[in-house]
Amino acid sequence: MLIDWFTVVAQAVNFALLVWLMKRFLYKPILNAIAKRDARVAAVLADADTKRDEAGREREEFDRKNAEFDRERDARSAKVREAASAEGERLLAEARAKADALSVRRQAARRSEARSLHQALARQAQQEVFAIARKALADLATTSLEERICEVFIGRLRELEGEAKDELAKALASDEAPALVRSVAELSSDQRASIQKALDVTFSMEVPLRFETSPDLVSGIELSANGCKLGWSIAEYLRSLAKSVGDLVDEGLESEGSALPTDESALDGVAVDGAAPALPTPAAQKAIADGS
Amino acid sequence: MQLSPDQIVFWQYGVFKLNATIAFTWALMLVLAVGSRLITRRLTDDVGPSRWQSLLEIVVTGIEQQIETVGLKDPRRYLDFLGTLFLFVATAALCTIIPGYESPTASLSTTVALALTVFVAVPWFGIRGQGLGGYLRSYMEPTFIMLPFNIISEASRTLALAVRLFGNMMSGAMILAILVTITPFLFPVVMTVLGLLTGLVQAYIFAILAAVYIAAATRARKPDAKGQSEPEQPIATEGLVHG
Repeated sequence: MLIDWFTVVAQAVNFALLVWLMKRFLYKPILNAIAKRDARVAAVLADADTKRDEAGREREEFDRKNAEFDRERDARSAKVREAASAEGERLLAEARAKADALSVRRQAARRSEARSLHQALARQAQQEVFAIARKALADLATTSLEERICEVFIGRLRELEGEAKDELAKALASDEAPALVRSVAELSSDQRASIQKALDVTFSMEVPLRFETSPDLVSGIELSANGCKLGWSIAEYLRSLAKSVGDLVDEGLESEGSALPTDESALDGVAVDGAAPALPTPAAQKAIADGS
Repeated sequence: MQLSPDQIVFWQYGVFKLNATIAFTWALMLVLAVGSRLITRRLTDDVGPSRWQSLLEIVVTGIEQQIETVGLKDPRRYLDFLGTLFLFVATAALCTIIPGYESPTASLSTTVALALTVFVAVPWFGIRGQGLGGYLRSYMEPTFIMLPFNIISEASRTLALAVRLFGNMMSGAMILAILVTITPFLFPVVMTVLGLLTGLVQAYIFAILAAVYIAAATRARKPDAKGQSEPEQPIATEGLVHG
């Protein structure tokens, strides 16, 4: 008999036992290990996915912040550049204005200085020239010269006519104080009488007079009443000369001033407005005009 | 000449006996269990497992895939039974290269016992799968006239299962024994190699047929869209094996 039923049963039991043993020692542990590994791999992959997503988000955030930073930086640098440029312009304008003002001031100062210098020089020269002239004439003035001057004055008084004569007559008439006759030297009584007489005759009235000596006249006689003046003196000539010289100096300075270069360096050459020399008073001018 | 290792009896007490079949079965059980234990003792769920663990994983997942290929939806439910069936038969065949070894599967008692376990397992899984009524109704498909034929089919395929394995394994051993007496040196080696191949193929066939029977029992009938029902055809392994 090929089939031994006890062996059959025993083998069936053995097989059942083997199934249990294999389940216990093989399938379960192996399947568990595989499941765990799968779970682990899945977890690692999920973690990697999460990290990748997170990294992506962080990268996006970083990119966004970077772009924002760039924009902000550009905006700020533009603003700073603008502010710096404006400040630079302002400082430049201020500096330019200061430089201009300084330049103008310097120019003005130089002009003023030059003018003062010119004036001083002109006056000094004028004064020296006239002082010399006056001294020479004073030295030359003698009694005979004084007499001659007196004669010339009287002659001129007599020759006086027209508007000048009317004005002087009006002045003499309106003046309550005696008319002033000034001379360098004391006039003699004859001279005084001659002058009195000439006045009385010329203006057909009695003209009260008072006599004074004035060295300023250098040499000559001068009649003044209520602002009007008539006279003949070398001082008048000298004043007239001084005026002419002053005018000439003034003209020269003006022409130099108008030709002035505007640049700073050229200012060193300096030309100033005409220095005004001591001008004769209007009355004196009139007297000179009348006298000459 | 012994036709079966059953005839080698080491110890007997009444009906109880310890023959070579049982002894070598125990030895195989020991080897399988201890080997599995030794390997699975240091299992790791790391990405790089050891070589032995990889081997066992390949074997187990391979069996699982084969079961799934046959058409069983949840292979883990059947893995214990079908996997052990394959591993036992395969190990029993592979060990034939050991001198003095008598394969337990060369004993008709063993193959009958295995076939009987399949015979029990098929209705067991069938009833678990579709309930007692559903399983019993499958015997009357397509009509109740087929009931006796189905029962005969059930019994005969169990017998066929047992005899097929026994015949193949026994014949291998027999041919080897005969050849050893005729051409003692070279030819038996070739035949042994061929026997190894045959043994593995038989292990595969035995396990696959069991899977097919179980598959047929567990998903015998499922209504289709037209309201009709047709038995799902298991893969045509049986015909090939019979051929």
